[in-house]
Amino acid sequence: MADLKQPQDDVVAAGGVPGASADLLADSVGDYARIWLRRIRSGESGALPVIAGLVAIVVFFWVKSPDFMTARNLINLIEQSAFIIVLGMAEIFVLLLGDIDLAAGFTAAIGAVIALWMLALGDPWWAAVLVALAACAAYGALQGIVTAKLGLPSFVVTLAGQLGLSGLLLYLVNASGSVGVGGIISLHNNIINDIENNQLSPAATWIVLIVIVALAGVGIFWGDQRRRSAGLVAPPVSISLLKIAAVAVAGAVVAIVSDLNRGRAVPIEGLPWVVLVVLVILFVWTSLMGRTRFGRYVYAMGGNAEAARRAGVSLVRVRTLAFTLCGLTAGMAGIIYASQLGSISVGVDGGQNVLDAVAAAVIGGTSLFGGRGRMLHAVLGGLVVGVINDGLELLGLSASAQLMWTALVLLAAVIVDRVTRRTQVAR
Amino acid sequence: MTADNAAAQAQQPLLRLRGVSKAFGPVRALTGIDLDIPAGQVTALVGDNGAGKSTLIKTVSGIWEPSDGEILWQGRRVNFRTPKDATDTGIATVYQDLALCDNLDIVQNMLLGHELRSHGLLDEIEMEKTARRTLEEMRVTTVRNIRQPVGSLSGGQRQAIAVAKAVMLNAKLVIMDEPTAALGVSQTALVLDIIQNLASRGIAVLVISHNLSDVFKVADRLAVLFLGRMVSSGPIADYDTSSAVHWMTTGAAPGGNGANGKTGLATGHGGLTDG
Repeated sequence: MADLKQPQDDVVAAGGVPGASADLLADSVGDYARIWLRRIRSGESGALPVIAGLVAIVVFFWVKSPDFMTARNLINLIEQSAFIIVLGMAEIFVLLLGDIDLAAGFTAAIGAVIALWMLALGDPWWAAVLVALAACAAYGALQGIVTAKLGLPSFVVTLAGQLGLSGLLLYLVNASGSVGVGGIISLHNNIINDIENNQLSPAATWIVLIVIVALAGVGIFWGDQRRRSAGLVAPPVSISLLKIAAVAVAGAVVAIVSDLNRGRAVPIEGLPWVVLVVLVILFVWTSLMGRTRFGRYVYAMGGNAEAARRAGVSLVRVRTLAFTLCGLTAGMAGIIYASQLGSISVGVDGGQNVLDAVAAAVIGGTSLFGGRGRMLHAVLGGLVVGVINDGLELLGLSASAQLMWTALVLLAAVIVDRVTRRTQVAR
Repeated sequence: MTADNAAAQAQQPLLRLRGVSKAFGPVRALTGIDLDIPAGQVTALVGDNGAGKSTLIKTVSGIWEPSDGEILWQGRRVNFRTPKDATDTGIATVYQDLALCDNLDIVQNMLLGHELRSHGLLDEIEMEKTARRTLEEMRVTTVRNIRQPVGSLSGGQRQAIAVAKAVMLNAKLVIMDEPTAALGVSQTALVLDIIQNLASRGIAVLVISHNLSDVFKVADRLAVLFLGRMVSSGPIADYDTSSAVHWMTTGAAPGGNGANGKTGLATGHGGLTDG
């Protein structure tokens, strides 16, 4: 329990880098706000500007389309976004190093193929998931070793990986014989299927969300309190309470919306399982990046690899591990994808998916230049992309318009990143 | 015998170079360098471009092994094969590029590679206390908040953090490469304060500098390199700016003809100046 509270703090705190979230020497709320504004200008903006952007987009579509702000649509768009969100978290491991994994979209597809193939042969779901994730992690490790040991640019190594894995995808599906008829392997397992297509009961939804909010609240308060009582840099009590209130409100909103009936013929109520899955992944990876040496070294290498090397950090080991975790997380995304589609086919556009995932991470606030970003950014950026696609579709705009609007948002995010970088360097 | 040893140890300098040479193929970068670096004093290493200052500190800090000669640490011969050997011995080198991660905060930078943990997770509170204690000991007071990213600090503050990071590893000798280059007046004063503070705490400091006015402000001893040879070294009182410049630019004692009653030419290697 003690281990849970600190990372929870990270999920909601406004700092740019996990662990750096402590809030300067703010003695009052006014001080706090002033310092926070300064951090935004220097690129240490944290999550709140993205959240503000997300709220603005949501309000826009709410006004424009009567169908947007319905439980059915909101829950649907969250379910649709889960795949890109998790794939974005995979990318963040390597983006933080200033690297990229262009193969992750196909890593996900291969993971899905392995899992669905095993399920079709009658293996238990957990064995299928474990083998698929292990394979994806192993492939990530391979890419990491080649990149790190030989000092090759990850762009080229993973581009080769993208081509190779797309070929492997064709080969595997064709080789699966009667399992993959017509280039499609169908999903025959209720538990995997339930990730995207089933939900907790309304009562369980409340219980789960109350437990999450309570843990997060205790974590935030206890973490800040420990800093205060140690006489260290810490936010004032009022800010701690404000954070807790924000988490509680968010939890309540999610619970209320999920528990509205969104079914047509049969009532459908409750929190989709996929939301819980994404939250667990977010929590574990945020803890890893914020509370372990490995996470610290990833940020250090992204900021100044030479400094990290001189401090005794093994660049090869950290980079390899980052690519391994990227592959592992891509495997998770692949299983969510298969659950969403109910099958996996040779037609998966892994190249497009990985670019969407990178876009989500960057829109959420992760830098392409390394050293800045958090797992939460993939969630926020993925939701922004999801809301834009969903909203424009409701407005009857074509796919071409959706793509171009997403392009503008992505461009804006990169420009913000670059401009804040420049002001930071200019000091 | 033991008492003799102890007495000898008390008198001998912390670090002593004896006839250290370094050749890169046919190029002799350093030739027979003798240098004493006593604890609790600031030794300034000066010399023109290409005199071998960088080669010398890289040899001392374990980046390059000397081709010849010996390095004595507290009277015992040491052999640094890697920078880590030197760091483990107690030699910390602050290079000109400082090697800081702009995206990490002060605490994270100071403890990079030496993070404190409890139950396998980073112990931020203990690390922050440690970092703050070190900064207080160094009397670095211009940094208001040690949780701000290092990228937001001024040049002098960054230098201070880089030194603090070195000191925190229990360094007995801190080597600083051009610590005041590219700093403004007040920032320079801050860094010079830190250097003096280190020496007053018994730490040996070796400063490489082009700026003679800074050197004369903080140094206790001066060592002049010229074309890879140690042409002169001694207490700072034996030099003034013009004699130091003369040594640096010509490799010979001021006043001509190699007559150097004042400076005590470095032992036996005055070959350049002997007519």
